Amino acid sequence: MEETPIPEIRVHPIRNGTVIDHITAGQALNVLNILNIPNPSSGVVSIIINAPSVHGIKDVVKIEGRELNVEEVDRISLIAPKATINIIRNFEVSGKTHVHIPEKVSGVVKCINPNCISNSNEPVTSRFTVKPDGRKITLRCSYCERTISEDIGNHLL
Amino acid sequence: MTFKDLHIISMKSFSRDMIDHILDTAEKLEPIASSKSKSDLLKGKVLAVMFFEPSTRTRMSFETAMMRLGGDVLSLGSVDASSIAKGETLADTIRVVEGYSNAIVLRHNKEGAAQLASEFSSVPIINAGDGAGHHPTQTFLDLYTIRRESHLDGLKIALAGDLKYGRTVHSLCYALSLYGAEITLVSPKELRMPAEIIDDLKSHNIKVRETDSIEEAISDVDVLYATRIQKERFPDPAEYRKVANSLQITPELLEKAKPELKVMHPLPRTNEIDPRVDGTPHACYFRQSFYGVPVRMALLALVMGALK
Repeated sequence: MEETPIPEIRVHPIRNGTVIDHITAGQALNVLNILNIPNPSSGVVSIIINAPSVHGIKDVVKIEGRELNVEEVDRISLIAPKATINIIRNFEVSGKTHVHIPEKVSGVVKCINPNCISNSNEPVTSRFTVKPDGRKITLRCSYCERTISEDIGNHLL
Repeated sequence: MTFKDLHIISMKSFSRDMIDHILDTAEKLEPIASSKSKSDLLKGKVLAVMFFEPSTRTRMSFETAMMRLGGDVLSLGSVDASSIAKGETLADTIRVVEGYSNAIVLRHNKEGAAQLASEFSSVPIINAGDGAGHHPTQTFLDLYTIRRESHLDGLKIALAGDLKYGRTVHSLCYALSLYGAEITLVSPKELRMPAEIIDDLKSHNIKVRETDSIEEAISDVDVLYATRIQKERFPDPAEYRKVANSLQITPELLEKAKPELKVMHPLPRTNEIDPRVDGTPHACYFRQSFYGVPVRMALLALVMGALK
């Protein structure tokens, strides 16, 4: 008996909004966390996880009716350094940029060292220097100098 | 090069020129440290000594250094009897104490505490140890000891003991990387030097070798720097005894060493160094402890602007 082909599920193009492409596979949910999604006022959000691409597998997030600000893009760069941000206006790509990896981030990540002074009740914000290393990012705490290079998404504030 | 009002937080902020200048200044001040001459260099200046965790040597050597230079010392006293016990933040405590003093020496149990203090203080902060982080003045006195007792250039050194948690060896490694030392790291596998420090050393083109055998390391080095292995790091007391005994420095072990080898230790020691070593020409740990005074005198005089 001939097998019935399974219909391919397609994500519809969006009219206005942002497509975040080439997200490191497995990081899509952390991207949503950074963007505070879901929340009642956000538009339709589509997520593709483990999509095949020329560089292996990737995640993609499409957000209707929202363009990202610089701070949000900086945060995304920490967990998806190869991501591209496509601004969609009237179904057309009106702008495409690679995420910019900042030299320093402040108030974005919590230090993994429980004995770091930034994890106490002092009036300071966590601060890290950012070192790109190929497809990975290493963060070094400006207070205790402990580094984070794995699972950065789990330490986002 | 100016040291006035400089915060002393981590060895990483010091170039080789700066370190050499501090060591040269310490050497000039050594006769005053040993009471062979007198000085009023810091007369009228006040040093606030804020120790949030117990210490004997570091605190006393800072106090001695300040008094030898004619200055006064203001001590935080017991943490339990201070505002910290009422929940005051370190940032607030620093902003109060800076009004009473010309420099603040801080020891704290949290890593990064000295960095934080420096962000809130208009007077120089001197880090006297922050958790498992940095202890730069110990490193300056270690370097001074190596220079006085052996040589800094072309040094071959073995660091033995708890290299994972021992902050003195972390800072010392960074400083020695400026002098092109060859470093052998001797430790049980549970207490190895953190990988990020080894990576940093290698990025400075420093030859680094790791071993768990002190016998293997000792024959070729100019200095053997031992640190205390802390019993509480081992869940199994039998494992601790095995490790502690395997790294013990004895006169028999030293027979395999160069005659000019110097044995250093930041003290206090437990059983890392057999007391029979004390009388040998290799032992220099008690002189090392004394060298803390001229080194801290130099740092205090420089950051308070009494010397350039």
